[in-house]
Amino acid sequence: MSTQSAPDPKIPVPRGPLPILPQSRPARMVEITIDGKPVSVPQGSTLLDAARSIGIDTPTLCFLESLTPVNVCRICVVEVEGMRALVPACSRQAEPGMVVKTDSERVQLSRRLVLELLASSVDVSTAPQLQEYMRRYSARPERFGEPATPAAEGERDAAQPGHHQPPETGAATVAQPVKIDNKLYVRDYGKCILCYKCVEACGVDAQNTFAIAVAGRGFEVRISTEYNTPLTNSACVYCGNCIGVCPTGALMFRSEYEMRQSGTWDESKQTHTDTICPYCGVGCTLTVHVQDEKIVKVTSPLDQEITEGHLCIKGRFGWEWVNQKK
Amino acid sequence: MDLHFTEAAPAAEEVAAVDRVVSVAANGLKRTYLLPVLHAIQDRVGWISPGALNYASRILEVPPAEAFGVADFYALLSTHPQPPAVAHVCDDIACKIKGADQLCSELEKAHGPEGSSPDGKLTWRRSPCLGTCERAPAALVLVAGERHTEQALASANSEEITATLQGRQISQPALSASVPQMGQPGLTLLRRVGQINPESLDEYRAADGFLALRRAFEMGPAAVVREMTESKLVGRGGAAFPCGQKWQSILSAASPRYLVCNADESEPGTFKDRVLMEGDPYALIESMIIAAFATGCEQGYLYIRGECPLARRRLEHAIRDCRAQSLLGTNILGAGVCFDIELRAGAGAYICGEETALLNSIEGKRGEPRNKPPFPTQVGLFGKPTIIQNVETLLNVLPIIMQGGKAFAAIGTERSTGTKLFCLSGHVAKPGVYEVPFGATLRELLDLAGGISGSGKLQAILVGGAAGSFLGPTDLDTQMTFEGTRAAGTALGSAVVMPFDDTVDLREILLCIASFFRDESCGQCVPCRVGTVRQEEILWRLAAGRPLASRATELVMLKEVGQAMRDASICGLGQTASSAIESALSRFPLFRDREIQAEPGGVER
Amino acid sequence: MGGGTSSYREMEETDLILLWGSNARETHPIFFHHLLKGVHNGAKLFVVDPRRTSSAQWAEKWLGLHVGTDIALANAVARKILAAGLENRAFIENATSGFEEFRQHVQKYTLEYAENTCGVPAGLIRELADAYARAGRAQICWTLGITEHHNAVDNVLALINLGLLTGHVGRYGSGLNPLRGQNNVQGGGDMGALPDRLPGFQHVENDELRAKFEQAWGALIPAKRGWHLSGMFDAMERGELKALYVIGENPANSEADAHRTMKLLQSLDILVVQDMLMTKTAEMADVVFPAAAGWCESEGTVTNSERRVQRVRRALPPPPGVRDDIEILCDLARRMGRDLGQPTSQEIWDELRSLSPVHAGMSYARLEAMHGLQWPCYDGSHPGEQYLHGRLWARPVIGPLAPFSCVEQELPVDALDSEFPIRLTTGRRLDSYNTGVQTSRYASPLRHGETLDLSPKDGKKYGFEEGEMVRVVSRRGSVVAPVRFDPGLRAGLAFMTLHFPDQVATNELTIDAVDPKSGTSEFKATAVRIEKAGQAKPVPATV
Repeated sequence: MSTQSAPDPKIPVPRGPLPILPQSRPARMVEITIDGKPVSVPQGSTLLDAARSIGIDTPTLCFLESLTPVNVCRICVVEVEGMRALVPACSRQAEPGMVVKTDSERVQLSRRLVLELLASSVDVSTAPQLQEYMRRYSARPERFGEPATPAAEGERDAAQPGHHQPPETGAATVAQPVKIDNKLYVRDYGKCILCYKCVEACGVDAQNTFAIAVAGRGFEVRISTEYNTPLTNSACVYCGNCIGVCPTGALMFRSEYEMRQSGTWDESKQTHTDTICPYCGVGCTLTVHVQDEKIVKVTSPLDQEITEGHLCIKGRFGWEWVNQKK
Repeated sequence: MDLHFTEAAPAAEEVAAVDRVVSVAANGLKRTYLLPVLHAIQDRVGWISPGALNYASRILEVPPAEAFGVADFYALLSTHPQPPAVAHVCDDIACKIKGADQLCSELEKAHGPEGSSPDGKLTWRRSPCLGTCERAPAALVLVAGERHTEQALASANSEEITATLQGRQISQPALSASVPQMGQPGLTLLRRVGQINPESLDEYRAADGFLALRRAFEMGPAAVVREMTESKLVGRGGAAFPCGQKWQSILSAASPRYLVCNADESEPGTFKDRVLMEGDPYALIESMIIAAFATGCEQGYLYIRGECPLARRRLEHAIRDCRAQSLLGTNILGAGVCFDIELRAGAGAYICGEETALLNSIEGKRGEPRNKPPFPTQVGLFGKPTIIQNVETLLNVLPIIMQGGKAFAAIGTERSTGTKLFCLSGHVAKPGVYEVPFGATLRELLDLAGGISGSGKLQAILVGGAAGSFLGPTDLDTQMTFEGTRAAGTALGSAVVMPFDDTVDLREILLCIASFFRDESCGQCVPCRVGTVRQEEILWRLAAGRPLASRATELVMLKEVGQAMRDASICGLGQTASSAIESALSRFPLFRDREIQAEPGGVER
Repeated sequence: MGGGTSSYREMEETDLILLWGSNARETHPIFFHHLLKGVHNGAKLFVVDPRRTSSAQWAEKWLGLHVGTDIALANAVARKILAAGLENRAFIENATSGFEEFRQHVQKYTLEYAENTCGVPAGLIRELADAYARAGRAQICWTLGITEHHNAVDNVLALINLGLLTGHVGRYGSGLNPLRGQNNVQGGGDMGALPDRLPGFQHVENDELRAKFEQAWGALIPAKRGWHLSGMFDAMERGELKALYVIGENPANSEADAHRTMKLLQSLDILVVQDMLMTKTAEMADVVFPAAAGWCESEGTVTNSERRVQRVRRALPPPPGVRDDIEILCDLARRMGRDLGQPTSQEIWDELRSLSPVHAGMSYARLEAMHGLQWPCYDGSHPGEQYLHGRLWARPVIGPLAPFSCVEQELPVDALDSEFPIRLTTGRRLDSYNTGVQTSRYASPLRHGETLDLSPKDGKKYGFEEGEMVRVVSRRGSVVAPVRFDPGLRAGLAFMTLHFPDQVATNELTIDAVDPKSGTSEFKATAVRIEKAGQAKPVPATV
């Protein structure tokens, strides 16, 4: 029972004032020099922002706008006058008067070496961005020698910190068998460059599920559930947000993995269409990847305020019935 | 948090071990007790079982995958079942030239290969530098159980290691074996070491203990910081940052602030802080109280290396004593000053000596360094402003307060003030910690330690540890100050001075250093994680005389890898991982002029 | 106008979030991302829910109330705020009506009364009242835990009272938000799929507004409101409703009291179903129109819980023989003698914009460029409103005052007694959606089929093993399901979903006690008893 002195619903509510949004104070500008050119950026901008603002394409691997910068890949390093070491552009903030070089010999050498060190130890065959950087910096990973024998299943997961075998004749790699323990994801850690993005997406930056974390130490560092327990036994909720941020194809939807294995995956034949998820009222944008009139993958755009590229299991995988009814 | 756990359940003794730590864990920041809890499990059952990890994670509200990532980071914690008794046998530089490999092969004969355990009760494994280089070779024996024991053995032999693994106690040499100058006049930092009972607060008091604290309380915080600035004291941990400036910078920061003592002395060849903590633990506490008083910190953390059981026991005892005597707590000396110290033990990770990795370790995270800036004085422990100082640095606070900053600054040279502790080991006649006023030359230090032992002919000197560099016989007049070592193209680092006679194969030492960095890299950034691997591989091929294309191309790759590590790594570990190797290659004709015979199996390790 | 007053973004920048009758962690996972950003930024989270859900596990405080006692709790919170003098007097005086009556009305809702009625400790209620009232900015968000009750609207009004009392509405960071359970519930309302509204929430009984539509459409519109869903079933029962055209609904599975629903659907003269899949309702139909999947096989718009109108697009063609909803409707109209032509979705949208002032500024081009726009959006330069009811803070207030509502606690219709002593409540799981028509088709590793979830304590009390098949009996029917223990349930509370109607027809148990104001059934409160059913079947452990 309720009593109510409600206004008459038949009369439309008049137009009110525009919402007052929190004032974003006009930021103080910081003047710096990049590659000889003066640049003015709002306070708090990173060197990456500053370089981008004048059209300099700084390579990044572990950086993603929607995640907290971890600056571990070090490919974005630039030279700042007066600094002993190079600094990561993705997280170093511009300070007044900084003189920055983004393409000095030192910068080029470090970027080339980062790429060579990665490509000599990791399978980068499904990492197109990284391959493009390798061409740009003339990286020659093969000069470190033939790859050493790949690890057997579970070998890298059992490594103990502080101990390693004397080097073999070949170059050590992270090659290891693919992990397939569920029907939705494949984890091919032989392709993992340890950019930490998946851990961040599973953690506080998005999903807050914490099913995976960084384990081990040194070259034996790896992304793992506790005790390498299968995903089906872990905290994983199959949101696929780790796959969404993976830059190398180490994490892959099983559907895509199987199509690639069978040779039917063909991105040149795929269309991408943005639409809205049908599974609740939040309104997540889905990018539907269609090949041969079948949905082959669903992602979400990074620049959408609602999802920032992240989805849940239903939005990510709940499209199977559309293909089935054909 | 909606945490998920596997079904693995803890054993009763694991629950009890965790509960004991958690019951004393007072403050609300639960995760910071993760490492102590993992230690407790390891000490009780010898490894971190899935059930125990689940239990610890649940109690501390840490996702189990993250807790596993932490446990799996530290060499002294095992995420695999292992025997309860483990001997960690140092085969690092100083021990290697004092017979560590021989010791290891004896252990292999007695107990099987490294890591194996025919009877499931005990095993042994090789370890990085245990910080007992003055009495090399060294071993650390850990026996898990209801009454778990930790014993550092140096010099160690295989019989004593075996006996200790089986539960025997072996008495160790007195501190005089580590401090050849003991009892001599003119010492400042080493004044009390070996002269008083390190477990007696009364004896410490009788030896001028807590005079500096009383004086500091009379002076007030601002005056203490002023004296620090006037003393021109710079940090002794390696970075040589001016302390007064650091303390001054935190005064305007928000509260709470934290004081952290970095006692994670792990640089190969370094053992001075350990000796100070074993011999004069109350002095460190007194220094920390003064530092906290001056900088407005109400909580301190003392992060001590996990491999120093004696120093830890002495500090635990000293902290308890001080609490009982109102020298720590809410009203120190009745002066209304509030400060307490939590002791944290590392668990086998060189990288945790890096200040931001150390902060992460205290917070219950993996010991991965943070990017700087922001610096710890801005965003430090738990995100709050934090002062971090090394043990030796802090102990200099006492003479500065007692003599005044100006008088302190008059000691040593213009830019390196006060006295300095040096760690002499390797081929010297009287290895140990030596204290001299800044200004002594390398030659004078070697003379103080009785000159070169072994063959008597000096080949090379490693200065500053694995992260330092090599000097040669022509560099003996280098003044061992911050500015003097810099002029000689090296750095004082952690004040390691380790000479090698002419029988030592330096290539083996370089391989040892390369292997060390590969093991101790935290693995976070690409240049260091993979660079240390490639560096070791190249050196290995060069030492074996089997270069890939040519020696020249190998040396170019080595140089480039070194430069990328130096330029692009996150922290000091990666930035210095090639420095000793590069300095050796530039000074000695190791792989350049001498054709190396290809030998099957290459160089012995 | 009905809709969430705030934007998701504001969850990240508020000081307190009160999640009431919502397990958003599983039912609105991406909204929960925004909520958790708020929590990480320092917002306090309070969760009111009979179950200690995965959402509740993130809360600073969980208030585990008895099912159907929300009004007692809300009124007690209001009383406590008043007793502590923490109400926002200035806001109340400027923008509300009925305050004095409300103040007197809640006097009987003492902490002691609420503690006894709700089962929530008085201390917790006091803490919530204090924190909510003192917060600089605060949000209340609710879902079906509030609305699937026989007194759903009263429940909502009780929550709105709290917002009015403290002024936590109409400002950035403060608001009152129903989280829509289905992707276009909000859009359906926007478009006039309500018994009393034309598109843009314009009342059908307002002659002037109705005339505007009649002129545009060239047709007469009935001057009186129609039936809502439950009203339709009542009308079938009375024999007044004989033909039913169902578009994109599956009442045979989704309606409470399935026995009655089936009987009534079978009694119709003609049942027409337009759906993208052959649902149980479609199987009963006289005519079925196979329809394209709205979200990926056709063009149009939907509206989400923050009132954002968003474009859906055709990513792939529908299978042969399957047609777009617009095509089907226009074709049907032509057969019925009215040629509507073959409009595109954009043409239809532009017509809507010409008739609905709150949508007027949302051209397809702007929706595209701005990733959707939030209504009201009055013209082509209007940015859309991030939050609603800013007018209540204007002095003097613009438009009508916001009324306090005096609502009384009423227990669920399906009462507990010695024969039916256990309260069964229903809800969703993370990986499934409604009756599972779509979600049952993908291989979710999380899915373990329907279970009867019980507290481990009750399991022990009744002597059930986990995985054992039990018979769940209500006053209307019975089903058999395996038992699963959930430590998030308190003793006396059981939980099931509606996801697996073919395996366990949970709606055979539920009651069709309907809220007369909203037409929603009381899915959240069924009285049951549980009996052993014999054969055991293994069930995977807790997810």
